[in-house]
Amino acid sequence: MSEMIYQLKDLKVSFPDMSKKPLLGAAPRIDVLKGLTFDIPKGEVLGIVGGSGSGKSTLGRALIRLIEPDDGAILFEGTDITHLGEDRLRPLRRRFQMIFQDPMSSLNPRRRVGGIIAGPLKLQGLDNVKGRVDEALDMVGLPRSFASRYPHELSGGQRQRVGIARAIALKPDFILADEIVSGLDVSSQAQVLNLLESLVQDLGLTLAFISHDLSVIRRLCTRILVLYQGEIVENAETPALFADPKAAYTRTLLDAIPLPDPAQAWF
Amino acid sequence: MLDARGQIRRLPGVRLWLSGGWLALLVLAAIFAPLISPHDPLAQDLFAGRLPPVWEQGSDPAFLLGTDSLGRDVLSRMLYGARLALIVALVAGTLTCLIGATLGLIAGFFRGWADLIISRLIDIWMAFPPVLFAILLIAVIGTGLTSVIVAIVVIDWTRFARVVRAEAMSQGAMDYVASAQVAGRGRLGTAMTEILPNVLPTIVALLTLEMGIAIIVEAILSFVNLSISTDQPTWGGMIAEGRASIYQAWWVLVFPLFTLFLTVLSFSQFGEGLKEHFDPVLR
Amino acid sequence: MSFLSIRDLNVSLANGAPLLRRVSLDVAAGEVRALVGESGAGKSMIGKAVLGILPRAAKVTGGSIQLDGEDLETLSPKARRQRIGARVALIPQDPLTALNPSRRVGPQITDRLVDILGWKRAEAEARALELLEEVHIQAPDRVMKAYPHELSGGMRQRILIASAFAAEPKLIIADEPTTALDVTVQKQILKLIREMQQRHGTALLFVTHDLGVVSKIAQSLTVLYAGKVIEETDIKAFFAGPSHAYSRALLAATPKYTDPDGSLTPVPDSVIQAVEAEIAAFDAGQMGTVRA
Repeated sequence: MSEMIYQLKDLKVSFPDMSKKPLLGAAPRIDVLKGLTFDIPKGEVLGIVGGSGSGKSTLGRALIRLIEPDDGAILFEGTDITHLGEDRLRPLRRRFQMIFQDPMSSLNPRRRVGGIIAGPLKLQGLDNVKGRVDEALDMVGLPRSFASRYPHELSGGQRQRVGIARAIALKPDFILADEIVSGLDVSSQAQVLNLLESLVQDLGLTLAFISHDLSVIRRLCTRILVLYQGEIVENAETPALFADPKAAYTRTLLDAIPLPDPAQAWF
Repeated sequence: MLDARGQIRRLPGVRLWLSGGWLALLVLAAIFAPLISPHDPLAQDLFAGRLPPVWEQGSDPAFLLGTDSLGRDVLSRMLYGARLALIVALVAGTLTCLIGATLGLIAGFFRGWADLIISRLIDIWMAFPPVLFAILLIAVIGTGLTSVIVAIVVIDWTRFARVVRAEAMSQGAMDYVASAQVAGRGRLGTAMTEILPNVLPTIVALLTLEMGIAIIVEAILSFVNLSISTDQPTWGGMIAEGRASIYQAWWVLVFPLFTLFLTVLSFSQFGEGLKEHFDPVLR
Repeated sequence: MSFLSIRDLNVSLANGAPLLRRVSLDVAAGEVRALVGESGAGKSMIGKAVLGILPRAAKVTGGSIQLDGEDLETLSPKARRQRIGARVALIPQDPLTALNPSRRVGPQITDRLVDILGWKRAEAEARALELLEEVHIQAPDRVMKAYPHELSGGMRQRILIASAFAAEPKLIIADEPTTALDVTVQKQILKLIREMQQRHGTALLFVTHDLGVVSKIAQSLTVLYAGKVIEETDIKAFFAGPSHAYSRALLAATPKYTDPDGSLTPVPDSVIQAVEAEIAAFDAGQMGTVRA
């Protein structure tokens, strides 16, 4: 058995439902993740797929501990990080990074690209920050001169590359990518996916890629986890999942994708 | 002229230069008041009372903008008045800003108990009629420059706290705040490096607005005779005195009033201009 | 005879930058035409120009828009609004911002019928109920009284579709109506739009960037780049092999899970350079004709 970077046992997350909050007293809680158990082996590219309300983004944010789970356990390389405080998490943070869905809101509009990429490096006390920023820009295929630009001066695809550069500059072991191509044009989408594919190979990354669209992740992901209303309905190797989807919901997701081919019987 | 968005193109920097120019002039006037004032602002000359400005009939060229009913030189009093106006604007404005913005930032970004307490405090504060509140406060702690400044800070900090809290809350929901956390930045560090720079343009605009408001509050307090002691010339005091003789000597009221108006307008325009000038997104 | 006929339409910004470059386009009665392009290609601009809701900065600087044989540009603003109100409707992109959050759903559907077509309120309400049933909303009387935030995204989009068909328009402009939705909801909504379009025989101008969706809903398509028509053809011909290199690249970039290695190919720089050169040459030619 290969080494596991993540081990999740019966992970549960719930949020207060403010719309149903009584006048006095606490709001009732909605279970968003209802006990998830799975592992992520080192070097795997895991696709996390589901519709809105499936809990896929919540799962992602729990993995990198932007959210503290209610119950269950998350082990990162054997260390239990489920309830670690921010101080204890800080040294680990360098090793799991995130690329956000909306590259506009995830890049501070008042900082230049160079500063945005350098921020986490300085925080983690790394040396040769300038060199590392240049290296990260090189790796995502942006000219080094972009370091002095502001986010609003870039196109959507370029901003998303900056988001990727910021994540990989720390040389993390694990990266979470949350719907990072859904806001992009088809041409930038293909470029960003290809970039991720080559980065995974070159840097030996473990990647979790969250998406609502199975079609964009077929080539990128080695394994796919299908979530439906906070539960895992299917967890299979990518070729097996596409060849023979076991869960009814997986089939629904697959059937909903319109192929660019008028011959496909779809409706 | 139209820009690409079809909006009437603003001449860049014009309002920054105009308002900044007026304020700079005022600062110079305040600093050099003893040197440039033609008369002692307190010197009374009952035989030279209510002299009109030089371009009117019956004026005395020694009193450029005329004299008030006690024969004091209006121009000299306005120059000295600028000193107090600017001290009040700078000190009260800055203190109000520091206190209000800090509380707003804490409430908006750290939320929780701090927010609960600060928000309730703001709600309670806002329910008091501000001018009456100030008058009451001064009646209790006594008149004088410090009291005026304290009164302004005490009534007006909520202006900053409310706006900064709302801004900090909306900034806090942005992904770059989450991304700072992913990078391992602490809460305080995030507030300083991610939130504050994004709220700063608003704070600057509010600060200059507040400086203008401080001058108005001081004028109002002078008007009801509750500001600095009466033997110091202030614009508000001059307006109050001028009101009594508006039909006989309009200039005693009109010159300080116009100066006050220009100054307050300049402060707010200067703030907006600064905000536009330093915002990489708007620029 | 096409119902909507656009000829040589030029739209530019106040500073002269062109948004649409001599666009010509036809939609026949009952036809579904897709309008495809990437962000900034001007595909939404065409619909906005037809509806007369261009952003303040943009102006029509040339060409004609004919609706049912009548040139809209020659009409008075009021007459134009009436023609559009009676014959054309819009299905907007974002179901959240398209409905007024502080008003109940019912009046938002019936307003058009009452205000523009002069129906009686009771008639309009009966029609709205009928339409909500037609778009498969259960308990339509309850939904009429609901506020938008009480409904899901898919539900809101159904309401907007019902609202678009309410006045029996001859043409509907759908501006990326499913981009904000999940794949499974997208399928339901597309199915609904197609069903309604076929039943009512409405012409549809369907703006999208997704060639997968195009292949399902449209009979013909127009590809735009930088506000210029790059290719115009019918669906079968296009998917058998587009004639323009940029269209080919766009098709190759579209995800296709049945062909993982043959899809998601980034648009090559050489193709972008070629199409940019084409645009530059076109602009230079335009300058020539203006001078002549």
